[in-house]
Amino acid sequence: MSGAPYLHRARSVPVIMLWVLAALLPGIVVHAGFFGPGILMQLVVSSLAALVAESAVLALRGQRLAPALSDGSALVTAFLLALCLPPLSPWWLTALGSVFAIVVAKHLYGGLGQNPFNPAMAAYAMLIVAFPALMSQWPLAGEGHQVAGFGESWRLVFGGERALDGITGATPLDALRTGMRGLPGAAPPQISTVMAGSGLGVIAGVGWEWVAAAYALGGLLLVALRVISWHVPTTFLVVLALISALFWMVDPASHAPPWFHVVAGGSMLGAFFVATDPVSGASTPRGKCLFAAGIAVLTYLIRVFGAFPDGIAFATLIMNLCVPIIDRTTQPPIFGHKQGPARRGLRQGDR
Amino acid sequence: MNVDFKEIAVRGIWRQNTGLVQLLGLCPILAVSNELVNGVSLALATVLVMTLSSATVAALRGFIPHEIRIPVFMLIIATLVTVLEMAMHAWLHALHQVLGIFLPLIVTNCIVLARVEAFAAKNGPVAAAWDGAMMGVGLVLVLAVLGGARELLGAGTLFNGIERILPAAQPWRVLPDAYPGFLLAILPPGAFILLGVLIAARNAIVMRRTSQAAGVPAAA
Repeated sequence: MSGAPYLHRARSVPVIMLWVLAALLPGIVVHAGFFGPGILMQLVVSSLAALVAESAVLALRGQRLAPALSDGSALVTAFLLALCLPPLSPWWLTALGSVFAIVVAKHLYGGLGQNPFNPAMAAYAMLIVAFPALMSQWPLAGEGHQVAGFGESWRLVFGGERALDGITGATPLDALRTGMRGLPGAAPPQISTVMAGSGLGVIAGVGWEWVAAAYALGGLLLVALRVISWHVPTTFLVVLALISALFWMVDPASHAPPWFHVVAGGSMLGAFFVATDPVSGASTPRGKCLFAAGIAVLTYLIRVFGAFPDGIAFATLIMNLCVPIIDRTTQPPIFGHKQGPARRGLRQGDR
Repeated sequence: MNVDFKEIAVRGIWRQNTGLVQLLGLCPILAVSNELVNGVSLALATVLVMTLSSATVAALRGFIPHEIRIPVFMLIIATLVTVLEMAMHAWLHALHQVLGIFLPLIVTNCIVLARVEAFAAKNGPVAAAWDGAMMGVGLVLVLAVLGGARELLGAGTLFNGIERILPAAQPWRVLPDAYPGFLLAILPPGAFILLGVLIAARNAIVMRRTSQAAGVPAAA
């Protein structure tokens, strides 16, 4: 369901999905450049698992395989999930997440267009709850760190080998939350010293900031092509910057600056590719702004006060739950009326 | 008075299974089914309470004023649960420690009151005791499957904690030591997801049977 105007040239689902995949490419290339070919293996594993799972479920449901498989939506889910996982994860972790996203988060709720939760984020949440240790082994880039080459990545991903010391470590967000917890009895840690020791790079982590920039580039392409509307990424990034600036200005000694939060972790991927999901996100323009603002606030709160290093996935899932209410209360007014249907006291059945 | 014992058994174990059909008493089902031994132990305690409370209420049903029957039922159930809890505290202390608050909470398990109100208050003590026991057995089976699946998926073991009941027994390591452990299965969301899968499986079996009985091929 989308708001008025209803007369427009709608792009077909496969075209939209292809553009989204294309817009992810810069991020993938930069990611592979900094952290080695592990991400490419994850993308292959994730995509294969998603396609197999999609075919199996479609066959079970007695639906035709060809249209659903070729629309690319399973591939977008698989790509988004793979890009959220540590690139040197064992293959079964990625495959399990991918199958969960397709079977549980998408098809158990009715398939494409019916799922209330973003499938990739649901799978990410499942994996980080089920395998917290594996989900924190992130590769390091920059001076003094070797990047796993093809052979080594292959052995780590497919060979069952887990000799990761020296090539993986905490992401900047992770380092920040562990560092800021401090030691019992010691003086409260200062954000500047913690951040200096966390491989920060220019803004938010050696390598990671460039990956984020590449995601933003791809995302801007999608906005320019009108595949996604500007409301969601703009609101998300502005609100995230505002709330982190608020905490930072009140207590700069123990909170990271806003530019760090806007670039770090999954912020850019979340802003342009996750929160913009047309199925699980809000659909009215004002609703999109509310939805994105909610994700931004929750993300910040989970990052700073929660139990997990990054909050994009959980924030998205929580706001997914609010989408029906958001959409109902933000319906644009019908022509000739001053207020939208919900404000005029109409309920769903009245229309 | 003739009592159809087989009918009562089928109803308790399959047709009106507490966990999968009536969905009553879900709190303990979800909370203690993280391990097979925990789940089955609490279910067995519940069976005992259900059998005794149904029998007691059925025997006293002529003397309980209709208007205040619920408080009376609750007093009877609470008494039985208190006795059981104290007995377990004395003789199965380790298990008592693990089940903790869920033992006294059997009092609030709606399935116990539901059977007392729906069956025991209207039938004789023998039939009522049989009904309580069979409803309880249905609960035991659900908790055994759910607890077993969650423990197996989550930790790769079965019968973990059996030594709390039989000191000579050992937990059974089913999956290899390298199994990373699917933590989600042990956490509360895993209980909801797996219970949903069990309910779906039961519905699928029922639908297949119904369509076969009607001579129609199973829905595609």
